[in-house]
Amino acid sequence: MTSLLLAQLAWRFFLIGFLAIGGANAVVPEMHRMVVETQGWMTNAEFAALFAIANAAPGPNVLIVTLIGWRVAGIPGALVATVAMVGPTSLLTYGVFHLWNRMKNAPWRPAVQNGLSAVTVGLIAATAWILTRATGTSSPLVAVAVVTAAVSYLTKINPLWCFGTAAALGAAGLL
Amino acid sequence: MTASQPAEPAPVPTSLELFLGFMRVAAFSFGGVLPWAHFVLVERRRWLTSDEFTDMLALCQLLPGPNIVNMSVAIGARFHGARGALAAILGLTLLPIVIVLALATLYAGFKDVPAVDRALDGMAAAAAGLVIAMAAKMAMPMLRRRPWGAAPIILVTFVLVALLRWPLLLAVVVLAPFSIALAWRERAP
Repeated sequence: MTSLLLAQLAWRFFLIGFLAIGGANAVVPEMHRMVVETQGWMTNAEFAALFAIANAAPGPNVLIVTLIGWRVAGIPGALVATVAMVGPTSLLTYGVFHLWNRMKNAPWRPAVQNGLSAVTVGLIAATAWILTRATGTSSPLVAVAVVTAAVSYLTKINPLWCFGTAAALGAAGLL
Repeated sequence: MTASQPAEPAPVPTSLELFLGFMRVAAFSFGGVLPWAHFVLVERRRWLTSDEFTDMLALCQLLPGPNIVNMSVAIGARFHGARGALAAILGLTLLPIVIVLALATLYAGFKDVPAVDRALDGMAAAAAGLVIAMAAKMAMPMLRRRPWGAAPIILVTFVLVALLRWPLLLAVVVLAPFSIALAWRERAP
């Protein structure tokens, strides 16, 4: 029953969206549990393949949700799952920023903003470390990360050049 | 020099420019969208300063939902309210949705080609490098502005999350009060 499946997709991803604090990758284990174990919508290998595609493709990693919806209920499933995942949390973000901007002149605002932003920079630095450890599985791959970082920080060159070079070196078996 | 503030504020983008700007962010954002958003929106279009980008991201990280989707909503809304938010989020997601669906349809055809796997490994390493650079670009203006307030917090957050593998939310809940207290103490008398 397609409409039942669509309703299930909408409800499940609506709930998961609100658990995704810190990004979509925070809820990948929960999605896996739901899709593979609880609902039995696909096998472990299928889930892993969809995860790999969502990560390899350009765009937000949350699009794994689009692929799950597509696998379960075709194009309508893809759209329903995506909207259910990002729609309600986007409305929340819109509302919170609206309030936040109205409190622009509150005496406590600069301290809260500066305080939170310092933690955020630490978190991005941690992400950089974790990603570099995870992807730098050989010395040439670590070199790619370091050179890309230096080029991006020191020059105004479009980083796409780094990606193209890295992809070409990889395809040629040099990494 | 890349982390410096723009000399003059850029003109306010229209909703169409928001849509196209976020589409451009999404189109090339291999291995994570945030560094591309920083590159396109802060360095190229100059719709935001690096500090404004960091401040928005700080709030977006605390809210549920993917950070980059929340960022698109916040940036779009800042210029054109609900219409701008919708333009930005559609720009961010429409093209990638078409691309992932196309890739998923084709996937069976090239998943066992080793050259493709190795090319993706190379791009993943480049993506990690881009995040390193973004961390530095976000840190520099902040460290110049308030070195003693920001540096210890950045360092401790890094150690807890990167080396001791604390979950993000726990690190924020524990560190944010200290960080806010430090910032509160340095406000002008």
